[in-house]
Order: sequence, then structure tokens, then C-alpha cells
Amino acid sequence: MTTFDFFQVVLYLAVLLVLIKPVGSYMALAFAETPNRVTRFGGGVERLLYRIAGVRADEQMGWRRYAIAMLLFNMVGMLAVYALQRAQQWLPLNPQHFAAVTPDSAINTAISFITNTNWQGYGGENTMSYLTQMLGLAVQNFLSAATGIAVLLAVVRGFTRRSADSVGNFWVDMTRSTLYVLVPFSLLMSLLLVSQGVVQNFSAYVDVPVAQVTSMTETVKDAAGNPLKDAAGHDVTHESKVTTQTLPMGPAASQIAIKQLGTNGGGFFNTNSAHPYENPTPFSNFLEMLAIFLIPGGLCYTFGSMVGDRRQGWAILATMLLIFIPLAYCAIGAEQAGNPALHGLAVDQHASALQAGGNMEGKETRFGIAASGLFATITTAASCGAVNAMHDSMTPLGGLVPMWLIQLGEVVFGGVGSGLYGMLAFAVVAVFIAGLMVGRTPEYLGKKIEAHEMKMASLAVLVPCALVVICTAIAVMTPAGVAGVSNPGAHGFSQMLYAVSSASNNNGSAFGGLSANTPFWNVLLSVCMYLSRFLLAIAMLAMAGSLAAKRHVPASAGTLPTHTPLFVTLLACVVIVVGALTFLPALALGPIAEFLMSVR
Amino acid sequence: MTTTHTHVHTVRTFDRALILKAVADSFRKLSPRLQFRNPVMFVVFVCSVLTTLLWVQALTGHGEAPTSFIFWVTIWLWFTLLFANFAEALAEGRGKAQAAALRSSRKDVIAKRLSSPHREASVTFTPSSELRIGHLVLVEAGEQMPGDGEVVVGAASVDESAITGESAPVIRESGGDRSAVTGGTRVLSDWLVVRITANPGESFLDRMIAMVEGASRRKTPNEIALTILLAKFTLIFLLACATLLPYSIYSAQAAGSGRPITITVLVALLVCLIPTTIGALLSAIGIAGMDRMIRANVIATSGRAVEAAGDVDVLLLDKTGTITLGNRQAVAFLPAPGVEESILADAAQLASLADETPEGRSIVVLAKERFGLRERQLEEGHAEFVPFTAQTRMSGVNIGERVIRKGALDAVERYLEANGSHLPPLVKHMAEDIARRGATPLIVTEGSTALGVIELKDIVKGGIRERFAEMRRMGIKTVMITGDNPLTAAAIAAEAGVDDFLAEATPEAKLKLIRKIQAENRLVAMCGDGTNDAPALAQADVAVAMNTGTQAAKEAGNMVDLDSNPTKLIEVVEIGKQMLITRGSLTTFSISNDIAKYFAIIPAAFATTYPALNALNVMKLATPQSAILSAVIFNALIIIFLIPLALKGVKYRALGAGALLRRNLLVYGLGGIAVPFIGIKLIDMLLVLCGLA
Repeated sequence: MTTFDFFQVVLYLAVLLVLIKPVGSYMALAFAETPNRVTRFGGGVERLLYRIAGVRADEQMGWRRYAIAMLLFNMVGMLAVYALQRAQQWLPLNPQHFAAVTPDSAINTAISFITNTNWQGYGGENTMSYLTQMLGLAVQNFLSAATGIAVLLAVVRGFTRRSADSVGNFWVDMTRSTLYVLVPFSLLMSLLLVSQGVVQNFSAYVDVPVAQVTSMTETVKDAAGNPLKDAAGHDVTHESKVTTQTLPMGPAASQIAIKQLGTNGGGFFNTNSAHPYENPTPFSNFLEMLAIFLIPGGLCYTFGSMVGDRRQGWAILATMLLIFIPLAYCAIGAEQAGNPALHGLAVDQHASALQAGGNMEGKETRFGIAASGLFATITTAASCGAVNAMHDSMTPLGGLVPMWLIQLGEVVFGGVGSGLYGMLAFAVVAVFIAGLMVGRTPEYLGKKIEAHEMKMASLAVLVPCALVVICTAIAVMTPAGVAGVSNPGAHGFSQMLYAVSSASNNNGSAFGGLSANTPFWNVLLSVCMYLSRFLLAIAMLAMAGSLAAKRHVPASAGTLPTHTPLFVTLLACVVIVVGALTFLPALALGPIAEFLMSVR
Repeated sequence: MTTTHTHVHTVRTFDRALILKAVADSFRKLSPRLQFRNPVMFVVFVCSVLTTLLWVQALTGHGEAPTSFIFWVTIWLWFTLLFANFAEALAEGRGKAQAAALRSSRKDVIAKRLSSPHREASVTFTPSSELRIGHLVLVEAGEQMPGDGEVVVGAASVDESAITGESAPVIRESGGDRSAVTGGTRVLSDWLVVRITANPGESFLDRMIAMVEGASRRKTPNEIALTILLAKFTLIFLLACATLLPYSIYSAQAAGSGRPITITVLVALLVCLIPTTIGALLSAIGIAGMDRMIRANVIATSGRAVEAAGDVDVLLLDKTGTITLGNRQAVAFLPAPGVEESILADAAQLASLADETPEGRSIVVLAKERFGLRERQLEEGHAEFVPFTAQTRMSGVNIGERVIRKGALDAVERYLEANGSHLPPLVKHMAEDIARRGATPLIVTEGSTALGVIELKDIVKGGIRERFAEMRRMGIKTVMITGDNPLTAAAIAAEAGVDDFLAEATPEAKLKLIRKIQAENRLVAMCGDGTNDAPALAQADVAVAMNTGTQAAKEAGNMVDLDSNPTKLIEVVEIGKQMLITRGSLTTFSISNDIAKYFAIIPAAFATTYPALNALNVMKLATPQSAILSAVIFNALIIIFLIPLALKGVKYRALGAGALLRRNLLVYGLGGIAVPFIGIKLIDMLLVLCGLA
């Protein structure tokens, strides 16, 4: 790793840490139950929205009602996105006249966007009309992120409320998350992105002459699509020259802003943040990386603030950083070290003034090694899934890091809201084990952790793990599953494992190389995305409900403090051990085998 | 946590007969119905059956792996189950042996049933098994108590060693707090008329037998929560291992080399990964926790009560007997102006010679210690002893012309005024000063002159202050309960180092205090013996009734201390904590073990598909088969090695939660990572030596 690589990470973390407190305390005000300067400022709009929707803002919901509201709301969102895709050829804002999306792809995309996964089986610029992108996908980017925050708020209220039978009002939580946090943050972000050259228009795609004419050999096909043969039985070919290229256009900046901020990750264009119109400059790249961690990181502070002990929030944040930082350096280090297969050859893989060095396959030269490795780690630590380089082309170890971060359950920052409530499930498990070791029925934030909480926390941890291993098994056993794989051996296995892991943890990034826009993969991954997102959320809401009903236990010297470095270490160990122990055998057959074979 | 009491029915943990019985029981416990109750061990059970079938298949010549390999894996899987059963059987065995000892003291005797509560009433001879609540029986010297009851008439010395293990006889008499008698005890002298308070099968002895036998043992809330966590881990590993078969088939095809993983290896991997160590020892830990209570001579009515003891936030302790030695003692003579201290001491001693109360004895002793004044015979000089009466509230002696009295301030003041004298202001001031310090002043007069003041003080038990400091570090608040006035109580509380006190305590005030603490969501532990303690005992979360106490108190509490030692409460808390800590530590140990097992099994399992994975064989285990077998054997043997720890419990230290966690994480977390690396390597070397590799 070069010094430059090293300090790029330091700079990123420094800016992030500076922003966490202001962003976190702003959100604490936005979600506060008592009126304050933030809610007073937007109060008029908020009340107007409630009046239009017929929401009674002062009404409190028990966890079951809250969960049902969440499920129904997202179901409606899913149907809307599905309908838009299927009907886009008849709807306006479709300058390229894209046809209706196939049913399996449409359902996959709909589920993908309501679950904050934003797995993309399709290519944005040659599938989706502007209307579908704006009204369907961009809207769901906001709403799925807001859903994550809403569930988190309910869980936090589980800890803060005492002997209560309610966890909040879903509609109020959704409205406030969107109105006070996601929309203003996205507005600012879009403007910054546009300033860097991200496109924002409704124009048709533009054909421009290429700077350098290239040619390609094409097989001539008959009407049925079969290759024509000449007399000797060879394929008939003809040389075709490429003189123009098509530049895609569209309202990209507005969607990319929320794509990053809401840890959604569904690109406007197919190559996501590697596309020059989606992520044109190193600065826009820095902004996009920052946007991914901004809300999940800030929410840690908000959480501490809401439970009345900021140290609790910092402790969770420290746990996330404790896992994140070594892995980020590991990924960057592995990429900078380059490809061992090239070591003996006359290939210079060293960093110099003229080149980034290392493994540049699948990376953009304007970002280089550190900004690509860091982006890959950030986007998979958080459940964003936007990419600025192809993870499939990373070295085995470099690719292992993003895959494993996803498999840890998307709790290292994780999704907006969902990352933190996932981490709280792990915290409940950690507190339980630690509580036993100090000889007391465990308590977390003043609430006793008993059988019911254990059941729900276990379910929350178990669901994504189970989906990953089971659905990967289904994929490797099915010809339709294996058909999508583009590489043989361990790497092919990694491609499938990564895809299922990404869907089952609502990350949405693709390893690449897997042809996943087939009915099999579309359906399999849809099931993974839906079950993981909503089973986990319901389990956490159920836990919130039972916690809220409990009384508060005052802390004493016998209470295990959960803000100390010791607890942070323990929590990180629990996350890592569960992740490592579950996936080590599978990883051994994928990236680990690949790595060990490459260095031999 | 050493107990210095005598125990008649103490059974050693590793008694030869117990071990033999446990071995037999471990086979009996292989029944699927019993195995099903423990999710972790049930998985091992299914796995063992599966590999046995695979072995049979291999015998027919169609084995998926070498027959001997499957055989050894199968054998050690069954051993894993047997070891788990053995741990449980051993823990239960101790209880059963103790129950047998108790049962022997519950012989069916012929009771003398009385028609009315008089010794002379007509007697019908009734077998004790036919006695019902409300029946009256006469028990005379040499006879066994036919059932639990309350003394209605009479007083007698009773040998309760069958229940308490304490050989010294105790007095049981009608009325007051010493009226409860227990079936199975023996009347040594005199006679008692007893009203039976428990039907056969519901007596204290029956409950005690049921308790130690574990018949009424249900899983405690914490045990349930832990079982859920362990089931979750088991399920994760079950899925991870089961799906490994398709992964391996795919990988072998894709890599174009090697064979897929065998079912035998998968099963071995699964059994090694699931938390068998804690799964195997979980119920033994629970039983052993109850057992430690019994060895401390405390009978808990449920495992839940033992567990709650570990969670206690506030301890309510009676001052007398727990914090202070039974009674006040004289600590100083404070003479009036112009009086020699030795004169005061002499008069005080004379006034107390016939006073047999502990206070009186302590005055005699103090005078002897300070001035070498020997005890004198009362007859000397025609002494006339004046006993304490409720009217005079003074006691003393008349020796010839000398009229010596001692008494409380107000009583002496009135006495002197009646004799035409008065108490010098300075003496009064001294007395008030003593009272303010929490001690009791006794004023000594001769004739109409006040000689001075004796200071009587509560003596705080040695070491109790340190004990309370320990409690504070554990996060437990101590509250002293006393009938003293607030001034005295405050002084003693400060000296003993308790966190708080309740002065002028009435049973109602106690109950109110408990409710108040519970309203703050804290758990309260207390002990008590009298009937008037019963409401408070019933309200407290952990309530230890003294065995010497009344039946009502024993019914209200959820534990009975056979030694009737109020300090036992502290020990009860420690035992409760120790049980949780043992569970937590072994869980951590069990999960940490998996890391080494992965390093043993993964390279071995996929060696034919990806030989490069052998780089993970950091222990340099001889062959894939020896690696897998070593891990399985380690996994089984560690259960046996940890049985003593499970039964004795992890040593409890009074540390704050953070320090305790750090310590236990280092020992059982890091230890749990390191130990199997060494163990598996050693077993592998042994296997190579035995030619099994």
C-alpha cells in the first residue's frame, strides 16, 4: 500500500467523523417527539401532508400495527414500480421508446427497490424510461431509506419507552425521515454532483462521432437468428466500422444523490458510479463515498442522543469503525499488491507518478486503486451497493473483503436505519453473553434481555445467514443457476455466492460476471431480498414492542457498561465470529481457494 | 465460599459409587425422547445415528469413505453424547444420593393422635401417612416427629440434624417464633403437642427431596434464553454444513478435480461446530447450582429463585445477628466528676454479677479486663440481687449498706429524684453524648450518687465491612433493618459500611420498603424468621427463611436456610451469580473453540478439490482423516474435562462488571481459541503414534 492510499482513507474518515455530530444531532431534532426548531420550521408542510393523507399524527401504534403499516405501504410501492415498468411504453418521458420490462425482471426490480437492495438485473440506460427511473425507482430510493429509518426509530423507542404499548407512528416516522432528512440532504447532494458534471436533463440520447474509428467482425445471421454458413460450413462474417457512439442522458443527478445517501445503490446507468456521467471526478467520487456513510454514521449519534446517553451511540460507531478500517486497508492493500499471476512477467505493477500500479483491471483510471478499493469497502460495509469499479475483477482477497462485509449482515454502517437496527440485534446477543459472564440477567440500555428478545435477535441474525447459504445451494444445484456463471472453478462459485449474499443482505452490489437477468436468478434473488428485508424488520419491531412494554432497570455497579472499549471489542467479535463461522466453509471454496491457488 | 457447618448428608462429587451409577445412567439417557429436550445434543444424536448407518453401509462394501474412518468418527460421536449424559447424570446423582439420605429419615411412624390440645387427652394411634392438616399429635422424648407442624402446648429439645445437619439440639416451644417443627426430627427430652400443618407428600421434607432430586426442576428463564441462542447457532451451522455438500459437488465439478465432501466429514464438521460443549453441560450446570445451594445448607424451592439471587440489587439485612454480634457489649466506663474509674467499674461489676443477660456479662468482663476485678460470690456480704423489672427499669444489688443500681438515663433520673437527689448535668451530658454516637448509656448509682456511665455498644461483626464493600463492587446495595432509633442505627450503619438503613423498623415498614425498591425495578433479597416477617418474605424476590423460624415464614420464603444464619444471604447471591457466570463462560469457550476446528477440518475436507487449501492446515495435522478425527475426539473429550468446572462452577470474584467481563473473556474467550489448537494437535500426534492417522 502506498502512503497516498493510506492517507486517502485517513482523509475520508476525518471528514466523515467531523460531519457525524452535526448530522446526527440534526436528525435527533428532526425525530424528536417534542417540538423544536427543526420540526417548527417544517411543521407547516408536515401538517399539510398529514391532512392530505388523513394521518392522525398523535396516534400511537403498537408494534404489530406498525409492522402491518410498513408491509402494506411497501407492498403498494412494489406494485407501483412493477406497473410503471410494465406500462412504460405507453407513458410519457420515454424518448428512447423502451419497451415494457419483462415480468420477472420487473418484479425483481420492484422488490429490489422497495427493500433498499437496488440489485439491478437490468441496464438502466437501455431498459428504463425516464419516467420509470424518476417516478418508480427514485421515489422508492427515498421511501425504502425512510422505511429503514422508521423501523430504527421504533426499535430505539423500544429502549426509551417504559411500560408502553406503542412504538410510534409509522406515517409520522416516514414523513419526517423523508421531509427533514432525505429530501434536503439529497437536494444539496444533487447540486454538488451537477457541479461536477453529472447530467440532469430529459433529452433524448445523443449520437456523437467517435474520436477513433474502430471496426469489428460480426457474424451474419438469418431471419431466425441462426448464423449463416458458407459453402465450406464456416460462418459468414462481415466487417463493420464503429463511427458513432450513443451518449445516454437523463435526470441522473437527482437520483444519484439519494442512491448514495439512502444506501440504495441502484445506478442510473448500468455501470453505476463507474460511469463518467454518474461519477465524473475524484471529488464527486469522494462526495459519493461520504454520502454513503453520512446517514448511517449520523444515526449512531442520533441513537445515542435519543437513548439519553451519547456514549452508547459512539460505542456502536466505534464498533463499526473497528471492523471497517482494517478491512478497508486489507482491500486496498490487496489491490495495490497487484495480480500475482503477472509477477513473473514483464509487467510493472508498482505505483509511480505515471500509474496507480496494482490491479487496475475493472477500475477507472480517474479513481485509481485507493478510491476504488475504498469505495468497494464502503459500499459493501453499508448496504449501498453502488460500485465505481468491478468487484469481479478485484484480486481474490480484494474481492473477499466486500463479499464478507456483506455477509456480516450489513451491520457495519449498513443500510440507512437497517444497519443500526441490525447492529442492535448483535448488541443484544453480545450483551446476553456478556451478562452471563458477569453473573447477571443481561440488560441493554436499561431493558432486561430475556427469552423473547433473544428469540427475535436470533431470528434477525439468522435470517440473512440462512438465506445466503440455502439460496446459494439452490443456485449451484440448478442448471439455470450455474448457467449464469462466466468463470470456471472457485471464481464462478464466488460469483454466485456474492450475488445471493448481496440480495440476502439487501446490499445490491453485483460481483459482475454473473448473467443474472434470467427468470431463475430474478426470482431467486427477489425471494432473498424480500424475506431478508421484511422478516428482519418484523423481528426487530417485535423486539421493540416487547422492550417498550418493559420497565426501566436503573444501572448499578453490577450493570455491564455498554459504552466501554471492552464492550466495543466484544460486540465486534460477536459480529465477526458469527460472520466468519457461518461463511468460512463457503468462502474457502470461493475467494480463499482462489487466493491460495494464486499465490502458490 | 467455604461453609463451616457440619453436614450429615454431604456427598462427595466424585464418589466412586456415584460415578458408576452415572455411567450406567448415561446409557439410559440415550433415549431419543430425552435427547429431544436439548436441541444441540439432539442434533448430535441424529448425526450419530446417521454415521452408524453410513458405517453399516461401508461394511457392505459401498462405503463413501474408509470403513475404519467412519467407524472411529461414529464411535466418538456416540462418546460425545455419552459424555454429555454422564455430566448430567453425575450432577443428578449427587442430588439423588442426598435425597435418599433424606428419605431414610422419613420413616412412617405411628403417631399418637390427640382428640384435643391437652397432653392428657385421649390418644388414638395413627400412621403418620394418614395425618392431615389440623390433626393434633403428642410427641414425647425419643420419638420422631410424624410430620410438619406447630407446637400448641409444651416445650422440648429437638434433634434436627436429619434436616439441618446441625447436631446440637434446639428448643421448640409453643407460641413465638420457635414453634415450628419439621417431620423427621426427633424429640430428645420432654414432650410437645403439635398441630400438623402439612398433608403427607407436601411436607418440608418431601419438598426438599423433590428439590434435590430435580423432580420439580424446570428450565429457568435465563436457561431458556440461552437455549434459544444455542439453538440459533446450531441452526446456522446445520445450514452452513448441509449446504456445503452442494457447494462441494459444484466445486469438484467446476475445478475438475477431487471428490465432493463425504457425509461423514460433513457430520463431523457439524458436530464440531455446534456448541456441544455448553449444550452438553448446560443442564449439569443448573443442577450443580441447586446442589451448591444445598451444600450451603440452603434449600431453594425453585431454580428460578437461585437464578434470581444472582440478579439481586438490594439486600435487606437484619442488624442483629447479621451485621452485629447478637447483643450490645460494654466498651467503656465513664466516671462522674470526682469519681475514680475503678470505683465505677467495681460498682458496675457488683451490680451486674447476677445479671445473666449478655449485656450484664459484658460489664463483668470489661471490669475484669480493665481493672483486674475478679468475679465475686454474691453471698459475700449478704448481697441481695435486685432484678430488672418493667416498672423500675433498673437492676442492681444491695450489699449491706451499699445500694447499687444501674439503668437507663430516664429511669435513673426518676430514681434519683425520688430519693431527693438529682443527676449531675455533666453525667447527663455524657449519657446523651453516648446515645448520640449510637451506643447505649447505662448509669450506675450508689445510694443517691451517680458514679458514672457505662457505654454499651453494638459490636459489628469482624469482616462484615469488607463483605459489604465487595457487595458494593458487585453493584449490590445493602440496607440494614433495625428496631433501633435512627440515631443509633445511623451510627452502626456507618460503622458497618452499609449503604442505607431502616430504623425503628416494623413489619409494615419493611414491606413498604421492599415495595418501594421493587417499584424502581430492582430485585430485593431478604431473610427473616418470624411470622411477622412473612408478608415481607412473600413480597421479596429472593426470600430466605430461617429454618428455626415459624412455618408461616418458611411458607412465604422461596429458600430455607437450614443453618439459620442470616449472613447466608450473601452466599446465596454469590451462588446465583456463579451459576450464570459458569453458563456464560462455557458458552464463550464453546463458540471460541470453533476457530481451531475450522483450521483442522476445512483443509482436510476440501483437500482433494483444492489442495492449495492445505495452507490453512496451520496445525500441520498428519492426514485429512487424522485431522477430522482429532477435531471430533477433542470435541468429545473437552466435555469430560469441563465436567468438574461445570459442577463446581467458575470461581466467583467480587469485581465490578467490567473487570469481571474482561477477566472471563480473557480466560474463556482467548483460552477457548487457544486450547483446541493445542488439544487437536496433541490428539493428532497420538493418532499418528497409534497408527490411526
